[in-house]
Amino acid sequence: MSARTHPHAFSARRVFAMVLRYWYLLRGSWPRIIELMYWPTIQMIMWGFITLHLRDTSSWVADAAGVLLTGVLLWDILFRGQLGYTLSFLEELYSRNLGQLFVSPLRPMEMVLALMTTSLLRTLIGIIPAALLAIPLFAWNVFTIGLPLVAFFFMLLVTGWAIGMAVTAMLLRVGLGGESLAWFVIFLLIPVSAVYYPADVLPVWLQWIAYSLPPVYVFEGMRAVLFDGVFRWDYFAAAFALNVVLMALGAAAFLWSFQVARRRGLLLQGGE
Amino acid sequence: MLRTPAVKVEHLTKRYGAVTAVNDVSFEIARGSCVGLLGGNGAGKTTTIAMIMGLLLPSAGRIEVLGEDMLAHRFRVLPRINFSSPYMELPHRLTVAENLRIYAELYEVSNPKARIAELADTLDLGPLLTRPAGRLSAGQKTRVGLAKSLLNDPEFLALDEPTASLDPDTADRIRGYLESYRSDSGGSILLASHNMAEVERLCDEVLMMRSGTIVDRGAPADLIERYGRKNLEEVFLDIARTPGGANALPAQAAQ
Repeated sequence: MSARTHPHAFSARRVFAMVLRYWYLLRGSWPRIIELMYWPTIQMIMWGFITLHLRDTSSWVADAAGVLLTGVLLWDILFRGQLGYTLSFLEELYSRNLGQLFVSPLRPMEMVLALMTTSLLRTLIGIIPAALLAIPLFAWNVFTIGLPLVAFFFMLLVTGWAIGMAVTAMLLRVGLGGESLAWFVIFLLIPVSAVYYPADVLPVWLQWIAYSLPPVYVFEGMRAVLFDGVFRWDYFAAAFALNVVLMALGAAAFLWSFQVARRRGLLLQGGE
Repeated sequence: MLRTPAVKVEHLTKRYGAVTAVNDVSFEIARGSCVGLLGGNGAGKTTTIAMIMGLLLPSAGRIEVLGEDMLAHRFRVLPRINFSSPYMELPHRLTVAENLRIYAELYEVSNPKARIAELADTLDLGPLLTRPAGRLSAGQKTRVGLAKSLLNDPEFLALDEPTASLDPDTADRIRGYLESYRSDSGGSILLASHNMAEVERLCDEVLMMRSGTIVDRGAPADLIERYGRKNLEEVFLDIARTPGGANALPAQAAQ
């Protein structure tokens, strides 16, 4: 037999196989690659001009010229992280491929890891061109933030993955009928993430919700870096801890939905 | 030491609410044998196969594949078995070669390139390798699906209508390949098919399903003789069209 007959609980090769599957898909379609870069770039250009305008009229923006541009780029990491995860999963529903995949030795958590890796690749492809373009266009180099930027990036990406897991759990249950969830669910977070304004402008009850989710700590941390030049470890720790909780909940939701799908025969159906 | 059967199913039942799709089904597939699962649409064939392959959880019953409890330890078995069905597709936008490479990696095939080349040669897929899977004809898709199912040299192969949509020449070659797969590798096959001639040619035993239960079973030649018919298709029609199933058939058939 040419296949391995002593299966391991986890196989990096099977994760690689799934990443390869999504990479082939991306590589074979230039409109998909353009689409990945399109919205982050358009958003960055729009918020760049808003920054130019507000810099002369708002002392808050004048004190940290990059606050809005960094905000929009970080928000896109969260958005793209979730979208990259969920859209890759949707590809399996479009192609009715779940049945084929899960008669193979692929384990659900290996698929989750592959979706995370693909989401990372898609997010980088989408965000880096926009960040680079901001340098000549608006004289703002987000990379000067340095290591804190790496921390913000991964905190937001992980939040995006956790939400992606919850959305795919739902998609396993409802099929393509829930496709639009992939696009709009994340926007529930934008008002309470304090992307473009400090969290203390929110009503107190909304602040409670905001501070129970990781993104607000990242965006407050971003403003601490840009306005005060300090990296708030307390914010980082809070975002990290909350992400651990969200990831655990997301993984539990996905695995539970997977079992329900096996009980109801949904892996065979795909489609709507 | 006695070898365990390739598949052992005991009192397998699947209920969806008030509907019973498979009802108290038991059978064994001996190592190296081919068993046909026959029945009309909705008889429970695909549901039975899906439960054996671990895609669907049964409501009751027990499934052993290659000596392992499929409900408790399916990941021990999945690398050693495979499945092909025209109702489960491969990603349309990926080429045939890309699809086969991905599945070769998923099954951790030791030399994916060589194995894909070998299967492409055997199943005449060479000209199709660079074509997107979505642009294949139904028959070509069936052949590619079969290639996917043979990537890991499975010890047990479940096939749902493996020659559906194939022209007689290609279908005959596929049957020939399945025969050599059995004789060369000693693999076992569970075959769901509506092609009775195919079942007569390939299968050692046939399970006749109706309304989720096995209503009769036996070697194709024995069934034909017992029902006093010329071929398996006539036996199938007898069972499918008789209210009450095989139990209501004349005594000679029920013996």
